[in-house]
Amino acid sequence: MTLSVAIGHRFPGGVALDIGFTAPPGVTVLFGPSGAGKSSALLAVAGLLKPDRGRVVLDGVALHALAPSRRRCGVVFQDARLFPHLTVLANLRFGLVRAPRDAAGPSLEDVAALLGLDGLLGRRPHTLSGGEAQRVALGRALLSRPRLLLMDEPLAALDAPRRAEILPFLERLVATARLPVLYVTHALDEADRLADHLVLIDAGRVVAEGPPEALAARTDLPLLATRRDAGVLLRATIAAHDPPRGLSRIAVGDQVLTVPLRPEPLGAVLRLRLRARDVAVATENPQGLAAHSVLQATLAGIAPVGPDEVFLTLQAGSVTLLARTPRHAVSALELTEGRRLWALVRVGALDHGGA
Amino acid sequence: MTPEEWQALSLSLSVALRSVAMVLPPGILLAWLLARRRFWGRPILDALVHLPLVVPPVVVGWALLMVLGIRGPIGAPLHDWFGIRLVFTTEGAALATAVMSLPLVIRSVRLSLEAVDRGLEQAAATLGAGPIDRFWSITLPLMAPGVLAGAITAFAAGLGEFGAVITFAGNVPGETQTLPLAIYAATQSPGGEAIAGRLAGISFGLALAGLLAAEALHRALSARIGRA
Repeated sequence: MTLSVAIGHRFPGGVALDIGFTAPPGVTVLFGPSGAGKSSALLAVAGLLKPDRGRVVLDGVALHALAPSRRRCGVVFQDARLFPHLTVLANLRFGLVRAPRDAAGPSLEDVAALLGLDGLLGRRPHTLSGGEAQRVALGRALLSRPRLLLMDEPLAALDAPRRAEILPFLERLVATARLPVLYVTHALDEADRLADHLVLIDAGRVVAEGPPEALAARTDLPLLATRRDAGVLLRATIAAHDPPRGLSRIAVGDQVLTVPLRPEPLGAVLRLRLRARDVAVATENPQGLAAHSVLQATLAGIAPVGPDEVFLTLQAGSVTLLARTPRHAVSALELTEGRRLWALVRVGALDHGGA
Repeated sequence: MTPEEWQALSLSLSVALRSVAMVLPPGILLAWLLARRRFWGRPILDALVHLPLVVPPVVVGWALLMVLGIRGPIGAPLHDWFGIRLVFTTEGAALATAVMSLPLVIRSVRLSLEAVDRGLEQAAATLGAGPIDRFWSITLPLMAPGVLAGAITAFAAGLGEFGAVITFAGNVPGETQTLPLAIYAATQSPGGEAIAGRLAGISFGLALAGLLAAEALHRALSARIGRA
């Protein structure tokens, strides 16, 4: 289930698009600022934008040679685009009845249960809230028995509570659908939560692609490194809960961190973002510090961020961390690569997506 | 009312109904071409279909007579090969009425077509609907309010078409003498004022009912697709 995309297009305004990437099975997030060309790339995969040149191949099937209606790309748009003259049920069935008879996929009942649509089936689209409409749109795309799912900023038009309402549905959907998913967003928390593979797009080009953990730890990608929430992504396992003190212990590689009490059960695996500005360094083992986890680490790299700050890349056992430090600290503390340091991680600094 | 008056009324309704049936398919097709396609000569086509609005109806009738008359370039083969004659027939009256109402229908259909969100058609395409499927399942239902409003307006206007009908189809009682033609004939005969008055009243009432029905239907249909 590998999708390879190569698209070249010049828009009338002179903006050029030259995007190529290979998406492994799972969720591939196209991440970048608005206007970078990621939505155009997605529309070209669906056939809704005719690029000057384009190759879209999924498991040996040349999708680019097919009309949009024969590509079987389930698309979820930013606006739900439900058919206003049809009920929710008829919207859900629209793609289902047009799918090839031999195409396997979830039943309408399964999808309605998965997305919580049972109470909505008789309603008309204009009576739905934005979040409900988007859930129906997800179900409709999923029921069309698609070869792959394309999502074009599906949460961007929703307010924060609606986004929080839909994200769990989305996570469940991509986990159960077992389809290749292309997901376009400019919201980093969505990428953090959903991406198996991350493609960074800026000014019509692919800047970098790879596992999100690997890209987050790089200091040479301004798209990620210049953000306020720049930092590493950690795959963490819940190791212990300590309700009386309101703390949990999480295992990250061969290290253990203390965080505020997590709702997930013991053994649950989650991806957490540790912002570089929430990690401080000390040259000696600090004593009597409240609300911090302290890890022993080796300084592996120094890279500038802006005029007066640097990123320190720290290797603590098997775990790589980024710390953001004033530039003067480098000379004041005589920080050189290979130096032994202590990394101070502020408890509560870890984000599960943006939740 | 006399049997002759009833005849004029029922003939009027029949001619108007047939004219609507005749005008809708080409009206929708032309509206679609004008709204959705960019092709050479589009402005010329646009102007042509609007001609009946500005050209005197008598001239439209005369043009039809020239083209579709028994000796016209289309009328002659129709008559000689298929035995179809349009001049001085009810079908001819309906055709003249249809041509006159074409701009009304195109205008109404085109406005509703332009209001259809292309994004919905794109969504339908990604769900496996080809171009013709999309037109029937998405585009047409969404523009239905405009199509219906156009049809009813055309029907109401068709009840009163005079110039084109009398020029192309003549003034044959029971064949082509619709309400306005009967009114005209009544005013030309001595003592016909009472007949003319009654028929004029009926025309007025029908036209008004038609316009009100068009408005009500448009609103009901729009509400159905959530565009109220």
